[in-house]
Amino acid sequence: MVVMSDILVQGIQMALVLLLAPLLTGFVRKIKARLVRRKGASIFQPYRDLLRLLRKEVVLADNASWLFRVTPYVTFAATWVAAALIPTFATGLLFNWTADLIAIVALLGSARFFLALAGMDVGTSFGGIGSSREVMIAALAEPAMLLIVFCMALVAGSTQLSTVANFMASSYVGLRVSLGMALIALIMVALAENARIPVDNPATHLELTMVHEAMVLEYSGRHLAMIEFGAFLKLLLYISLIACVFLPWKIAVFGTGPLAYAIGAGAYVVKLAVAGFLLAVFETATAKMRVFRVPQFLGAALMLGLLGTLLLFVSRSF
Amino acid sequence: MSAVVLQMLCVAGLLGSTILAIVLSRSKIATAVIYSATLAASAIALIGSGYWLLGGPANATDLTLPIGLPWLGAHFRLDRLASFFLVVVNLGGASASLYGLGYGRHEEAPHRVLPFFPAFLAGMNLVVLADDAFSYLLCWEFMSLASWALVMAHHREPGNAKAGYVYLVMASFGTLALLLAFGLLAGPAGDYEFAAIRTAQHTPYVATLVLILMLLGAGSKAGLVPLHVWLPLAHPAAPSHVSALMSGVMTKVAIYGFIRVVFDLLGPPAWSASVIVLFLGGITAVMGILYAMMEKDLKRLLAYSTIENIGIIFVSLGLALAFQANGLKLAAALAFTAALFHVLNHSFFKSLLFFGAGAVLTSTGERDMDKLGGLIHRMPFTSFVFLVGCVAISALPPFNGFVSEWLMFQAVLQSPDLPQWALKIMVPAVGAMLALAAALAAACFVKAFGVTFLGRPRSVAAETAAEVDRYSLSAMFILAALCLFAGILPGLVIDALSPVTIEILGGRMPIQANEAWLSIVPIAESRSSYNGLLVMLFITISTSLAVFFIHRFASHALRRGPAWGCGFSDPTPAAQYSSESFAQPIRRVFGTLAFHARDHVDMPAPGDIRPARLRIEVHDLIWEGIYLPLADAVGYAADRLNRLQFLTIRRYLSLVFATLVTLLLVLAIWS
Repeated sequence: MVVMSDILVQGIQMALVLLLAPLLTGFVRKIKARLVRRKGASIFQPYRDLLRLLRKEVVLADNASWLFRVTPYVTFAATWVAAALIPTFATGLLFNWTADLIAIVALLGSARFFLALAGMDVGTSFGGIGSSREVMIAALAEPAMLLIVFCMALVAGSTQLSTVANFMASSYVGLRVSLGMALIALIMVALAENARIPVDNPATHLELTMVHEAMVLEYSGRHLAMIEFGAFLKLLLYISLIACVFLPWKIAVFGTGPLAYAIGAGAYVVKLAVAGFLLAVFETATAKMRVFRVPQFLGAALMLGLLGTLLLFVSRSF
Repeated sequence: MSAVVLQMLCVAGLLGSTILAIVLSRSKIATAVIYSATLAASAIALIGSGYWLLGGPANATDLTLPIGLPWLGAHFRLDRLASFFLVVVNLGGASASLYGLGYGRHEEAPHRVLPFFPAFLAGMNLVVLADDAFSYLLCWEFMSLASWALVMAHHREPGNAKAGYVYLVMASFGTLALLLAFGLLAGPAGDYEFAAIRTAQHTPYVATLVLILMLLGAGSKAGLVPLHVWLPLAHPAAPSHVSALMSGVMTKVAIYGFIRVVFDLLGPPAWSASVIVLFLGGITAVMGILYAMMEKDLKRLLAYSTIENIGIIFVSLGLALAFQANGLKLAAALAFTAALFHVLNHSFFKSLLFFGAGAVLTSTGERDMDKLGGLIHRMPFTSFVFLVGCVAISALPPFNGFVSEWLMFQAVLQSPDLPQWALKIMVPAVGAMLALAAALAAACFVKAFGVTFLGRPRSVAAETAAEVDRYSLSAMFILAALCLFAGILPGLVIDALSPVTIEILGGRMPIQANEAWLSIVPIAESRSSYNGLLVMLFITISTSLAVFFIHRFASHALRRGPAWGCGFSDPTPAAQYSSESFAQPIRRVFGTLAFHARDHVDMPAPGDIRPARLRIEVHDLIWEGIYLPLADAVGYAADRLNRLQFLTIRRYLSLVFATLVTLLLVLAIWS
């Protein structure tokens, strides 16, 4: 019986991330439109986009290989699994221990690996430009991400997200400079990983400035739908990650009953809305930077992570 | 029959195959006979050493042969460490032999390869088995020379003569360092037996010197930066299955030498020793993969990536030294297990990738990636296994490369327990370098696979390529399957490695076999755990779910058309991204510092009809900064000393007289 309820909670989590991801993106787009005094599309537009893409036929380049057709499903699945392993409304889910934060980051790395390969499959210059820039950004973002993980693991004594969230929700933490630095660094990495302004522009249609969009340029129909869905999920995943580590407010501890779960879910939706709003405000207020400014941006994140880690050593031993 | 005797019989079988190869020489059946023989010998040795590692008796077995130094004999011993490395060597040997059965048929000069191939395998086995300094060095030199002969197999190809020369110089340098290290270890009494060295007390001064000499000796064979220069020249020059052995296995034999001396013979380490190992390992990992990123020759790219992996292994060994010096047994066992796991993993996927590169070379005759492309359509099986190798080496779940890197990161996270400030600060920084190397490796292998196998063919050879033979394919498929198994069932591998860590460090990681769902838990479940099997399962399930829903509910319509490319159709495959253009962003970010890379654009003025040109300038700073000046200095000295060859007899006699007097004077003053 206990196992059944465990599986149920885990299943709800997997369905929840799937359901909320397009809504979050729709919400961010709506806020962005309102901020520039446009009316903007409905916040349910991403669902309609996905459904429309699913109905359309796929136009495949003549020389596209099986890898090109498999990639949308693989990247979607890897992102979905990663998103399902992050505590959203409750900690200690059935399969949380399957992968710790390092493994979750690596899972996203697998998704990106295949996407970058798919960008090169058709053999157009745009695919290549997107892939090569994407791997450059990843090469800078991953070390920064790892130092953030170190910093968190040093505070919480674990890389297991459930443990970290429980620890952060407890009263032992207090304000720490290192955690602040890690938070800023994580936000910077999240912006880069999700191809948001100022690193990349998700709404761009100017080919030479595209990174992520250039990589998936040849996709259409249901394949494109899977890739878009994967991108929605990834945004939700990073916001959930930030929320679960730095804002575990009202997150339900495992096995506390349906009411706590409901409160946790409510709090989670509120957190998503706040984060989405802040993201929209930030994106409206900043401009996209040149591709070769990105190393400086992510280098700053790396340094913040390293400083945070070293500060922890200093503060611990004195 | 004791275990070590079985191993020695297999070695004898390999040496016998060498003689057989000389006898058969140019006969037609030689290729099939020799590779079958080496396959059988390696397989028996693999089963023997594998059995001994997993279930054999706890004590080591040894054997003394009445050859070598008259008062010493040749000592051979099989303990757990040796048996683990024998598994690595013989697995590599068996798969290379299987691959050779097919690949060797295309060999133009089999009589230059066949005698040396079994000899090389025998040499690597003997180094691992040797139990006294004399036989160790002898076998080491035998292994080096056999591999040198294999590098020179195609000696008329441009560049190979230089590769052989540089290899020979670096190998002699490495052996010199090893010779001095063993001389120091043997002490004034000259006890060359490992058993005697192990029990002797070594002063900290001697221990530091031995560590540095081992880093020079084993490091030059393994490819530690800046001693790596021979490796990207020599490894690709050999036939591909030998390249796989040199990169995947021989570098591991060098690491075995390092572990044997530094962890086993030298006694308890000092923490300061770990600083230099960590530093060199970190630099090697990052520089190796940056070099690989700049490379457009597929086999050289793989050789540079070997350097990266050696760096990763050394970082892990450095961590183990640091923890061991501070008595943190569990953390030391974790780091050491990670190192051994990566040794195993790297031998799997590097052999696989070199086999893949060999398959591409067989069917297209090209190693230059910028002349390949689109092979996924014409070599579907090779491209599939090559893809598996690329994912595994990029440390991506659910394959094996990720597990060993994950264990290393877990070891890095133990660094707060270290009392020394230098290590506390250094270890997280080295961890970030590991992460950088892993991310760059992913970039590098996106490039390797993307440019070689995807896109449109860039040459006629790539357009008309065909799939390779079954022997080659089966060797590659076996290795790919091993990559997956080690990735989804890492607990079994960790448990299999624990006898080795107990023998060397006196500690072990917790038993993994009892964990639920075959997870791996290095310290405690609340700290960290990873379950490759479930990750694999989840990805499979969610992929199938996605595919099911799409095929149930979405449109099935599919139309083939020309690539869109934003409405701009490239007329020529040359307009695709090439390996150099793919590396451009990373070259610009990291290369300006590491390689003094510059892009020169020559844009003709309007009206001028000559084509615009882009020239890329990349400098190998280590080669230009260390080796060329050294070579110049040697050349200069040789030029000066050349005069001594043209003296008159009177001058020679006075020179001899002066030398004699000086020597006698020195002797008189000395004593």
